[in-house]
Amino acid sequence: MKLTAIGIISLLVIALVACQSEDQLEFNRYYTSGKVLYQSKCQNCHGDNGEGLSALIPPLTDAGYLKTNKKQLACIVKYGLNAPITINKKAYYNKMPLTDMAPVEIAEVLTYVNNSFGNKMGVITTNMVEEDLKGCK
Amino acid sequence: MKKLLGGAILLLFYSACNSSGNKQTLPIYGERNPVTKTINGQTVTDTVYHTIPPFKFINQYGDSITNKSLQNDIYVADFFFTSCPSICPVMHRNMLNVYNQFKGDNDVKIVSYSIDPKHDSVNVLKDYATKLGVTGNSWYFLQGKKEDTYKLSESYLVTKPQEDAKQMFIHDGYFILVDKQQRIRGTYNGTDPKEVDQLIADIKTLKAEPNQQNAK
Repeated sequence: MKLTAIGIISLLVIALVACQSEDQLEFNRYYTSGKVLYQSKCQNCHGDNGEGLSALIPPLTDAGYLKTNKKQLACIVKYGLNAPITINKKAYYNKMPLTDMAPVEIAEVLTYVNNSFGNKMGVITTNMVEEDLKGCK
Repeated sequence: MKKLLGGAILLLFYSACNSSGNKQTLPIYGERNPVTKTINGQTVTDTVYHTIPPFKFINQYGDSITNKSLQNDIYVADFFFTSCPSICPVMHRNMLNVYNQFKGDNDVKIVSYSIDPKHDSVNVLKDYATKLGVTGNSWYFLQGKKEDTYKLSESYLVTKPQEDAKQMFIHDGYFILVDKQQRIRGTYNGTDPKEVDQLIADIKTLKAEPNQQNAK
């Protein structure tokens, strides 16, 4: 009797894990690696919570900007930024240094940023990043 | 009897904790030398502590700032440069907490020495200060000759800055607490918010020391 109960419970657990869709698993993979990359490459300037630094470094919380410029984000992460940028209606003039990360790393870090600090934009895959990098100016 | 003994031991523990928790002074860092002098025919031995040597730099307003300008201040020093992509933003994010805590306090100042004076002109420093949200005279951003800054950094007991092949500056992120007698009273990792909280607490402890009370 006891064995049957254990068997049923294990089956339920397996079913639950299997229910986590392929997409969700992919998202989790990107997001988790992205978090580690963010901490080592981005956090010093952009802050633990993507809050930026006064008027020197922009926050990463402008959902509108992220949406409108979704296709440019990979280029900014890879090559840095040399032009003024307007975030949350405030202008920022300082340069962002290049990170020169690989496409897979860019995809991971963008998945993290685009789904943290109040942002919710879903997964950014390596394929999407590779495509976007072709359009860098 | 046993009960009484137990009570006594408890009391002992309590008072031991109490006295250690009630720390009144901060340590004094650096080399110290005994100096023997003869005063009124009596031989007196005094301790001479390591102090910050004289310096002369320019702040973000174009004013000249020397060790004399700071002789009646408790101050926190650090070394940075405005175009620093690595640890400076996090250092100054943490230093802003110190600034906000003491900006209304005439006895406490912050002094940030630029190790890249070629790029960090007075205008660049002013712009940096403004964008950081720093006004008034409680946080100075200083620049001077690079050799002078590097030399001075040694007296603050931090790693002397270096430049690597890419002309980037390598430096450590320490905040140094200096008292009104120009003695070093604490060093804190400026990239660690917890150590910076300790710095804020230590400034308050230092302010309460009797020999930091002299009027301006």
